[in-house]
Formats: sequence, C-alpha cells, structure tokens
Amino acid sequence: MAVASPPGPASASPSGLSPVHRLGEQAFDVVAEVGEAAYFSALTIGWMFRKLPRWSVMVPSLYSIGVSSVPVVAITGTFIGMVLAVQAHSQFALMGLATRLGSVINISLVKELGPVLAATMLAGRVGSAMSAELGTMRVTEQIDALSALGTNPIHYLVVPRFLACFLLIPLLTLMADFMGVIGGAVVSTQLLMVDSYAYWQHSREYVGSADLFAGVFKSFFFGAAIALISCQRGFNSRAGAEGVGQAATEAFVYSFIAILFLDFVIGIAWNGVYYALWPSSQTLL
Amino acid sequence: MSTGTSPPPQANAGAPVIELIGLSMRFRQQQVLRDIDLTIHRGETVAVIGESGCGKTVMLKLMIALLKPTVGTVRFDGRDMATLAEHELSMTRLRFGFLFQMAALFDSLTIFDNVAFGPREHNLYDQATLERVVFERLQEVGLPAGLEQKKPAELSGGQRKRVGMARALALNPEVMLYDEPTTGLDPIMSDVINELILQTQRTKKTTGVVVTHDMKTVTKVADRVVMLYPLTRLEPDEPQMIYDGPPDGLDEHPDPRVRQFVRGEAGERLKELNTRRHK
Repeated sequence: MAVASPPGPASASPSGLSPVHRLGEQAFDVVAEVGEAAYFSALTIGWMFRKLPRWSVMVPSLYSIGVSSVPVVAITGTFIGMVLAVQAHSQFALMGLATRLGSVINISLVKELGPVLAATMLAGRVGSAMSAELGTMRVTEQIDALSALGTNPIHYLVVPRFLACFLLIPLLTLMADFMGVIGGAVVSTQLLMVDSYAYWQHSREYVGSADLFAGVFKSFFFGAAIALISCQRGFNSRAGAEGVGQAATEAFVYSFIAILFLDFVIGIAWNGVYYALWPSSQTLL
Repeated sequence: MSTGTSPPPQANAGAPVIELIGLSMRFRQQQVLRDIDLTIHRGETVAVIGESGCGKTVMLKLMIALLKPTVGTVRFDGRDMATLAEHELSMTRLRFGFLFQMAALFDSLTIFDNVAFGPREHNLYDQATLERVVFERLQEVGLPAGLEQKKPAELSGGQRKRVGMARALALNPEVMLYDEPTTGLDPIMSDVINELILQTQRTKKTTGVVVTHDMKTVTKVADRVVMLYPLTRLEPDEPQMIYDGPPDGLDEHPDPRVRQFVRGEAGERLKELNTRRHK
C-alpha cells in the first residue's frame, strides 16, 4: 500500500522557506529515502522467505538477467584481461619480470576487476532496464493493477528479479573471470611472446581458490545491491518519461556507488579474516 | 435534491458497502481531499464527477486501499481497511474489480494471461475452467475470438479498456470501480463501454463507482452522482463535496458551479485566463 507523506504546514511553499528550513527538509528527505530503501529491502527479503515465486514467473527474469547478459559480460571480461596484459607488460618486461605477468593479471582479474567490472556492466544493462520497466509499470498503473488483483507487487515483481541477480551475477562473474584469464593469456603468450609455461606456472603459484572465492563472494552482494536499488528506484519512479528516465539513471548511479562501497568494505573484512586465519599466506609475486 | 454533507435517502438502497468517514488526503504539501464523508450502498452505481485534479481518482484508490488516507477511515462491508492484515487485504481486494484509466494491462503478458491473471494467482480454477472463464469474459465484453494471444500493445484503446474490464470481471467482483472508463475513446466506443457498465450492473448485480467527466456516462449508468470541487478553489470552511444526489437534479441545481460543470461552460474561468494574460 502506498503511504502518503505526513502532513506538513499547509501554508509553507517551497519558495517561501528559509535556507535553514530548506536544508532541514532536504536532510529529512535523505533520511526518509534511506529508510524507505531499507524498508523496501526488508520487505523483499521477507517475501523471499515467506513464499518463493512460481517457476513461470522466475524464468523470464532468469533469462533476461542471466542469459541475455552473457555476451556483454564475456566481452567485458575478455577485454579486461587483454588490456591488463598490454598495460602491465612494458613495466614488467623492463624489470625482467614478464613471465610473472600471469600472476598480476589473474589475481587482479579474479579478486577485483572481474567482479567489479562485471557488476558495473550489469548495473548498466540489467539495473537500468529493471528500473525503467518497473518505473513504466508504476506510471501506467500496472503496479496498482497488481495490488488491485490481490497480488503483492513486491512478491510478484521484485523477488524474481532479486533472486535472478543474486544467483546469476556470481555465475556471470565467474564467466567474466574465465574470459579475462583467456584474453590475458592469449595477448601475453601469443602477441607479447611471454613464455607460456612460465606464465601459467606463476599464475598457478600465486592465484589460489581462495582468491577466486573472494571475488565470487563479493559478487553475491553486488547482485543483491543492483536488484534492490534498481527495483526500489523503479517502484518510486515519478510520472512521465522524465521520471522513468531519472529512475533508470539513479538505478545505475546508486548501484555503481554501492558496488564500489561494498567492494571496499568486503575487501577490508575479507583480508582481516583471511590473514587472521592464515597469517603466513602473504607471498611475493 | 441534496447537497454536500447530507446524502439523500436511497430508494431500495441496500446495506452500506463502502463508507468513507472524515477522509482527508495530502501528498506532501498538496492537500487533495478534505473531510469527505460518503456511504455507498450495495447495488447502487455512483458517479463521481468534478474537474481534473479535484481528487476523484485518489478517492477511488482510497476505497480499495491502494492509497492510505492521511486522516479518516475507509470501511468495506463494515471493516476498517486500515486494520486488515496483508492477506486479509489481498482477499478483500478480490471482491473489487478496478478498471484503470488507461486499462493498465500487463504489457509483457498476452490478453489471455491478462484476463487469467487474478484467478491464476489465487488458484481459483483448474486449467480447463480457467480457459472457459477467460473466453466467457472476453465474449461478455464483446471481443472477437483470436485476440487472446495478442499483446496489449497490438490492441486499440477501446479493446484495451474492454480487456481491462474482462480482467476485472474474471474475479466475479461485488464492487466495480471505473476510473474514467470512456476517456480517450470515440463516442461510439464510449457508448459501448457505458452499455458494458450497465450490463455488468444488471447481470452481475455489482455495486459500481464510476469516476468520469463524461456527462453521457453519468446520465446513462448512474443512480446517484457525487461532485467534488478542487480544494484550491474552495474556502477553508467550504465542503469539498458540492453535490450528492440523483443525476436528474444536476441541471437545475442552485449551485452555479454544478450547473457550469454539467453544461461544460467555462464561465469565470475565461475571465481568470484573460486576467492572467493581462498580468
């Protein structure tokens, strides 16, 4: 049920407010928005545990978020690997460390660049599309129609998208990692003529399954953040083409900020836990 | 003939089905409805008229709890809608049918799936019965066979409205809410929709609330008319509901604002327009 804003002073008009009053109102709006987003997230997670969506409702979300994103994620991953190889090679070669290229490319890919850039790409492709779709449904009263037909719009529209993002973005991240590893290896060994055996040997020595897991672990959070932010922006879209456009833009910008913030926070937490458990695991390239 | 605060005694009126008590609605700084009291009895069809922006659609959405009032109570069948739990509210909404202004069909679904949506979500029928119900409803609203597999974007405005009506009727509602059912349609299609409203009222014995600007719809389908006036044009102590009575009392009502609306006369609005231009 949509909730009207609490009554304010009837005589106050935005143009007649003092700067302090306006600042206060803006601060209040920010707090209200954060609260609303938190409430929306809680409702989504609550509905997910109460009742899973039907398979026929899940399939379109799984297809549009997962299958349709394969080409763009594969291209992104491949080029990240290739560009890393090209950029790092000259410096490593100057120091006589060209054979160590595999270590730096692959560790950067699986721990940071693969998950973050794949999530950023998906925030643009999937997040904006979800937000625009839900925003259009909001302004054309389709979300109201769902409620009028006794169906909870969060359960019907948001939970399938949330589950699809949460489950498939890690898989897409794995694919981006794989494509990046291949792209980096092809450029390093075929174009830059780095010795293939040494390239893979150093990669194997330095990049472990824990590094791969660290990247995939983060991508679960990225997927959840993209889904919740994008759906929430779409649900609260203002009327008209401008409102829907703004919701789609906000979905990408807020998702991107959330990805960077989560990457930082999870990175610190992960390192803390990892080096507490395995203090001797720090190795040189 | 009656006005504002005292609804007329209804001939053959049934029990109250929807009651709006002291209802006010505000969106941030903008107040849309103020202190509305309205009782709708079972079996009657009430037309809600008034200028654009006077709060008619908001009132309709408050009746089915798509919006929560800032102040006041909405009762359906004697129960306060605000006190209903999530599941109860969903079940209560199934007793309503809502025809949205632009039909609000689900773009991604076919016409069949749109009409089947409500019964399918609530597991009301097996597949064979569901198919029969969907075809019956589409037939009732006069849509030709062969449309079921089309998407809403492939239909005309009139066809979309009729599919919207079939979707609402698929749940056999007790109350039908129509939000500007004839807006944007040609006069012939408008008459078709009016006939469908009458047919629904006669055959299914539904209670109806019709928000409209179309006086032909009012005279054709309504037993009772309620007129709202925009709050921006009212004094703080004036009632917002400026007419509540039978359709035939509108033309001769002593309040010039009612007569002006019914006759579609701009009146002093033209003067206001000219004054603003000069300023």
